[in-house]
Amino acid sequence: MSGPASTDPRMESVSGSVDIDKEATAVPAKKAGGEFLYFALRSRKFLFATAILLVLVGFAIFGPMIDTTDPMDTNGVQMSSPTMDAGNWFGTTILGEDVFAQFVNGLRATFFVGLLAGALAAFIGMAIGFTAGYKGGWVDEVLNMITNVVLVLPTLAVLIVISSYLKARGVLFEAVFVGLFSWPWVARAIRAQTFTLRSRDFIDLAKLSGRGTWKIIIQEIAPNMSSYLFMVFILLFGGAILFAASLDFIGLGPTGGMSLGLMMFNSVTYGAALTLGLWWWFIPPGLGIMAIVGALYVMNVGLDEIFNPKLRDI
Amino acid sequence: MRRYFGRKLLTYSITFFVAATIDWMIPRFMPGDPVASLVAKQAGLSSAGATALVQYYNDLFGFQKPIIVQFFDFWAKLLQGDLGLSVYGHGRPVVESIMGALPFTLALLVPAILLSWWAGNSFGAMAARRKWMDNAVLPIGYILTATPYMWLGIVLAFVLGFSLRIFPMSGGYGFNLEPTLSWEFFTDLVAHWIMPFASLFLVMFGGWAIGMRNMVIYELESDYSRYLEALGAPQGLVRKYAFRNAMLPQITGLALQLGVIIGGQLVTEIVFAYPGIGSLLFNAIKSEDYFLLQGIFLFIIIGTLVANFMVDVAYVIVDPRTRVGMRGGTA
Repeated sequence: MSGPASTDPRMESVSGSVDIDKEATAVPAKKAGGEFLYFALRSRKFLFATAILLVLVGFAIFGPMIDTTDPMDTNGVQMSSPTMDAGNWFGTTILGEDVFAQFVNGLRATFFVGLLAGALAAFIGMAIGFTAGYKGGWVDEVLNMITNVVLVLPTLAVLIVISSYLKARGVLFEAVFVGLFSWPWVARAIRAQTFTLRSRDFIDLAKLSGRGTWKIIIQEIAPNMSSYLFMVFILLFGGAILFAASLDFIGLGPTGGMSLGLMMFNSVTYGAALTLGLWWWFIPPGLGIMAIVGALYVMNVGLDEIFNPKLRDI
Repeated sequence: MRRYFGRKLLTYSITFFVAATIDWMIPRFMPGDPVASLVAKQAGLSSAGATALVQYYNDLFGFQKPIIVQFFDFWAKLLQGDLGLSVYGHGRPVVESIMGALPFTLALLVPAILLSWWAGNSFGAMAARRKWMDNAVLPIGYILTATPYMWLGIVLAFVLGFSLRIFPMSGGYGFNLEPTLSWEFFTDLVAHWIMPFASLFLVMFGGWAIGMRNMVIYELESDYSRYLEALGAPQGLVRKYAFRNAMLPQITGLALQLGVIIGGQLVTEIVFAYPGIGSLLFNAIKSEDYFLLQGIFLFIIIGTLVANFMVDVAYVIVDPRTRVGMRGGTA
């Protein structure tokens, strides 16, 4: 499962059904794109969130190029507070590591985990949701049971047990495992929506034309909830970031790498940053995660308003 | 209703079976040799001593027996409530260690969940479609729900504990006190409880408030609300109906959020070194105490399943459709 507002069961019954009714009236693709851009450029929420994300992505991409200090290099001055001197903008840790270098490298890892885990979870959730909703019958029963089991399973606990036995863990490993366990609510939501679509006339028509199951799903069903699928990915993205941060904080993050969650873990458990008052060490990573995830959630609301005319106040 | 609970219980049984099997499988099928790494931790061991220790651990896990026998042994022990001995607890039974930590975890988790759910829903419903309140609740809610649990805990500990010295920063009660039924001990307990409680409460509150606000807006847009309005029903009545309908997804949401909430609980306890299951888990990982780790895992699973079941019961009480046999909550 993913972050707080992200595993949002409410989306399943509400925005989805509204979306479908609107979109199933088939707006030609070109016109829909223009309409999206028209409302996107007027949505303050969407623009605000996009701006924050772009700034942070910029930090993640260009930060490590500008400040080439190794985030694990312990040769700096120890416990220095932030100064304007070159390479010491965010201060240093108890071991003399550069906090700015850790932050920008950690941002990279955080975006990487969020993107990969979010994409993987979206893919699994769609595959299971579409299949269950479209096929129905015993296929649905089995897939639904699997979904419910993974849904009830406390994901973090499972990942803790798995990770604790692995001595070397990479960022890729973390992303894959977070993705493998974050999909159930997506599968459920998409299944419910596919149900409402599969008895429509245009699906019957597609069946009559002799197309295969997956062709119909990809060409007829998925486009009718494309906006919803995109929003699902955004929520999964944010949820995966929060999730990975928790795993890092328990001490099961990537070994030999740097991430925002790992910075918080190091500062509090090994660095004694709380009792020494080294606030510059633990404030940036948490603030960074909060900004990314908050921006993603706000973007999601903005997109909801863009796609759903009932919610627009423009 | 019987069908509803029957399905739920079947799902929970399968979940428990899967989780317990994962628990059993991991030390046996993971790459690397857990026994070798356990033995390697004992520095300065003679080769004869190391062999004896390897032998001891192999017997303890039962690694020599056929895999099927190991599996049934595991279940037999599990059903007797035998989870092995804890290395971290100096040979105390795992169950005993967990039972000692459980009251602290529950004292934090249960009030935080219930109060944040109640407060979040109240504020969220009030904010929906009321401009000035919405402008306050929405941004605050989004900021809170995007905050990592541990980070809010760290910030609270830093500001209220380190800088202002209002509350103690770590532990469940003062080091100088013995657990007794005295007023002094009780106030100390509360002082240590407030900050971890507050950080859990605030993050959850944000999520519930936003969820409820969105749900009420959707309900106010729906046909029955429009119809009521057209009939000239007072605003208060329309809102009341919207609120009652918006409650149901929030109850389902509580079940869906349990995994995330428990994760938040674990990291919050670690921040404050609060002597609950989370801190115990953290110490189990640090000291590579696999029996304790696996025992805690099973306890978390059982706790989650029990909590899920309680949410199901609450759903039946609130939603009359499940009682008369119509399809209510999705099974």
